[in-house]
Amino acid sequence: MSRESSLVSADWVAENISNPKVVIIEVDEDTTLYAQGHIQNSITFHWRNDLQDGLRRDVVSKSAFEALLSKNGVSNDSTVILYGGNNNWFAAYAYWYFKLYGHQDVRLLDGGRKLWELQGREFVTDLPSRTATRYVATEQDLSLRAFRDETIAAIGVKNLVDVRSPAEFSGELAAPAHLPQEGALTKGHIPTAKNIPWSKAANEDGTFKSDAELREIYGAAGVDLAKDTIAYCRIGERSAFSWFVLHELLEVPNVKNYDGSWTEYGSLVGVPVEIGA
Amino acid sequence: MKTCGAKPGGPSLDGVDLSKQTVIQGLILREGTQDGVPNGEVVSNGYVRLLDATGEFTAEVPTNSDGQFRFFAAPGNWTLIVQAPGSRVEKDISAEAGLLTDLVIHI
Repeated sequence: MSRESSLVSADWVAENISNPKVVIIEVDEDTTLYAQGHIQNSITFHWRNDLQDGLRRDVVSKSAFEALLSKNGVSNDSTVILYGGNNNWFAAYAYWYFKLYGHQDVRLLDGGRKLWELQGREFVTDLPSRTATRYVATEQDLSLRAFRDETIAAIGVKNLVDVRSPAEFSGELAAPAHLPQEGALTKGHIPTAKNIPWSKAANEDGTFKSDAELREIYGAAGVDLAKDTIAYCRIGERSAFSWFVLHELLEVPNVKNYDGSWTEYGSLVGVPVEIGA
Repeated sequence: MKTCGAKPGGPSLDGVDLSKQTVIQGLILREGTQDGVPNGEVVSNGYVRLLDATGEFTAEVPTNSDGQFRFFAAPGNWTLIVQAPGSRVEKDISAEAGLLTDLVIHI
């Protein structure tokens, strides 16, 4: 992957809105914004309802992913363009998900919904009609996904990159600052993790920084990208964003997203936790 | 489990325990006058970003249809950056535990 094959500009999307090979999908944890207005011809996936197993805490099964894409008219050879609010967090999570299940051509809209809106581009409320397909996914590519035990074993061995805000990393906050701060989780971070907030990789308008700037950010934080790396956050979507930066934009091969993230780790009995910067 | 994502915020404090939360919220209005009277149209397509005292991103929310936003922060100094089509405004604020910080920001 590279910036050219994993990212598209708003101009590119505007030019390809009616391209039959292109499927534009808005992904967020709240799809009411989609209902209020979205990019023409886009469909929407809900982070929880469509991409989380309704019973177990896990991603949906291969067959459920196939059913979701088939129902929404996505083909194996579609160029899938993902975008969303929240600086593309959930779109990046969906991007990781499409790669997890082996989709070849998937890209993020640089800047997401925010840049589209700040540039005064058009949102529509009409819904596209798409013809169902028979989508066939691969088995999960587990080279992209870290689980709990591998993360615990990585303490002091692999790079652990905590992409939450400094206040969440230090244990001052348990969640991002637009959420109520209660919860059963302990606060803090995984020992030996480096705090490189996802936001360091993004410009104020939501677009990604240049490759040179991105390399500088990780270099300055002392992360040796020759070693295996596991990224985590709180629920796995901000770390998907940073996974995208490392694995797709910077083409670092050995990077996994720990999608269980702090909501899993911070609930475990007996694992080490650190607080402070 | 609550997700990490931001929904458009608003100042209804139903269900918010202000003794436990450090709330920073407000209303974004577009500067303007009509017949010499400030008309302050609400900004429903804005984004409000919260930076900590070191300038680090902490959170961002879109304004809701009434131009409102809300953060659950911690006591201390913060910077708000408001972006909307054609506008960008910064505002430094100080939040205290148990006290509601309620703002009207003109852009």
